[in-house]
Amino acid sequence: MREVYFYGTCLVDLFFPDAGMAGIQLLRQAGVKVVFPEGQTCCGQPAFNCGYWEEARDVARTQVALFPKDLPVILPSGSCAGMMKVHYPELFHGQPDEARVRAFSARVYELTQFLVDVLDVKLEDLGEPVKVTWHSSCHAVRDLGLKGEPQALIGQLANVELAPLTREHECCGFGGTFSVRQPEISGVMSCDKAADAEATGASVVLSTDGGCLLNVNGTLEAKQSPLRVQHIAEFLWERTHAR
Amino acid sequence: MHAETEILFRDSASKALLDPQLRANFRRAMDGLITKRRNQFPDPADLQDLRDLSTAIRSRSLLSLPELLEQFEANCTKNGIQVHWAETCEQANELILGILRSKNAKTLVKGKSMVSEEMHLNAFLESKGIEALESDLGEYIIQLDGETPSHIIMPAIHKNKDQIARQFSQKIKDAKYTEDVDELTAMARKVLREKFLHADAGLSGVNFAVAETGTLCLVENEGNGRMSTHVPPLHIAVMGLEKVVACLEDVAPLYAILTRSATGQAVSTYFNLISGPRGTDEKDGPREVHLVILDNGRSRIYADPQLRATLRCIRCGACMNHCPVYTRIGGHAYEATYPGPIGKILTPQMEGVGVRHDLIHGSSLCGACAEVCPVEIPIPEILVRLRREATHEDVGSNVIGRGTGRTATEDWAWRLWGGVLKRPALYRVATWFATRLGKALPAGAPLIKNWTRTRSKPVPARRSLSERMRAEGGSNE
Repeated sequence: MREVYFYGTCLVDLFFPDAGMAGIQLLRQAGVKVVFPEGQTCCGQPAFNCGYWEEARDVARTQVALFPKDLPVILPSGSCAGMMKVHYPELFHGQPDEARVRAFSARVYELTQFLVDVLDVKLEDLGEPVKVTWHSSCHAVRDLGLKGEPQALIGQLANVELAPLTREHECCGFGGTFSVRQPEISGVMSCDKAADAEATGASVVLSTDGGCLLNVNGTLEAKQSPLRVQHIAEFLWERTHAR
Repeated sequence: MHAETEILFRDSASKALLDPQLRANFRRAMDGLITKRRNQFPDPADLQDLRDLSTAIRSRSLLSLPELLEQFEANCTKNGIQVHWAETCEQANELILGILRSKNAKTLVKGKSMVSEEMHLNAFLESKGIEALESDLGEYIIQLDGETPSHIIMPAIHKNKDQIARQFSQKIKDAKYTEDVDELTAMARKVLREKFLHADAGLSGVNFAVAETGTLCLVENEGNGRMSTHVPPLHIAVMGLEKVVACLEDVAPLYAILTRSATGQAVSTYFNLISGPRGTDEKDGPREVHLVILDNGRSRIYADPQLRATLRCIRCGACMNHCPVYTRIGGHAYEATYPGPIGKILTPQMEGVGVRHDLIHGSSLCGACAEVCPVEIPIPEILVRLRREATHEDVGSNVIGRGTGRTATEDWAWRLWGGVLKRPALYRVATWFATRLGKALPAGAPLIKNWTRTRSKPVPARRSLSERMRAEGGSNE
């Protein structure tokens, strides 16, 4: 039986545990044994992006140590997966444990990437007809290099209609600390994204990333819109598991 | 030590966001440019090939920059172009003033040049009693209002047609009010034609400097570049020292990707190859050609292997056209010669990472800029590097102002962050409290207040994922 590690990420851990659980269930549904090591905190991206690399490294080191076996590490986040896969090698460049970290980075996958590119899952839609829209996370696409895997999974669902955003690839304005360091620009970007999503007429927005979820949902809620962003894992699990 | 006079990008950006006309002008213009660029690159594989080639050419040119500059100077000299070197903008301005005075020149007509903007040449010359008139239509429009460019290739893009119509009717002598674009252009053209004929000198920038032949390449659409460099008896060109390439073969791909990335044109209307003053048997062209090569911090940037990528830039402006921040605030909010993503990495390197600390953080690191950059400058990566430089003195670099953006508060915050997250037991306690307190968490903390300006307060789930997985047991080793 295939075995993988699951890394929850701090935002999913604290704000979207249902998405984390759904990701684990989707993997199990595909016949994979999921190991969830204790001691998970954060990938270290906030400090890395702000230039506090020593602090980021300290945290990253404790996380890498949780995944000693040569198994794939699956994350329900494109941004955190990008951090671990693409930026850890930069962060540990020239460090004594660089080789070990690089070996770890090579095993990192974002959830939909693993479901499509490695497991080649086939989903059966058990849900009612629904119209959804898709927000593409900047880091999932531009850092990690997702190539339409989430959309491919949505496309497998017979009763789901995907209505694209007008500006699918434009940043939602989260940007980690950017959202609180530059709240005015970030706020305008978030409101534009929320309005774009509302204009599609979809009943739910889907995304791979907790940061985008937290940001766009907070914006939609503040403007008292009934629309919400849902993590793609949660949506896929809801649509495909027999209750 | 904190930088003394930090320029707050947040303040100027917030102000720009309050101007709906400005925002509408930029959004419409940038949308148009994005579409035009996309239409020029129908095949992603072809685009990537051209980007790879262009990146390789620029990287190779920079690798042998000192040698190429020597060769370029020698060949320019052979062609009769008089080459001058300036370490600072002040030196460059004085050099140009000296050249103009030696010919008793009182009027200068200018083709578009961002390096001359960097030098604040117009203001300097005015203060010395020399008239400097912009002849690029966009530059002419903003000069009438005493403004600076809001975009590196479309300097007046912050104004719409109606605003320009009002401005022309007020500022151009005997002009009638019209919103007809052709009539407006004709008005400016009439003024400028007179100036070209009578100017004592012309000034231009340089898009590519060819070492092998000593040639100055100038890309333009209005013919004003050719007029500025060929009609007056004296031509002065200014360029940053990074502009040199080895040979004419290098120019073709760079030119192809420059115009497509910039304005979505397959070719520009004019492409000038300037190879010296009027020959003895020639009837037109300037009698003297001077070239001022400016450093202004470039050799410092050049010395750093990672930051050197900044100098690959061919000034197409695609990064700003695609930037979600620039699109919403325009160029003036950056309070710098070079706005947008490229300005965000260039300005702090020229002026200091401490004084520009807020600008370095004015990005969500979305990466749209790097995705379209024709020479693949890793702008987000460099931004992160500069954020590190701003808060740490010990990175081992020569970056100006390193460490001067550090504050006790931010230091303390990241130490606390790291202190908790590298200790899973502590993190477990913290999340236990966060999930139990939920809605009761304070909303008044400064950062939370920034978040809730446009968003509801984030509320932690009732049980964290880790806690639920612990309860489930089985999956853990």
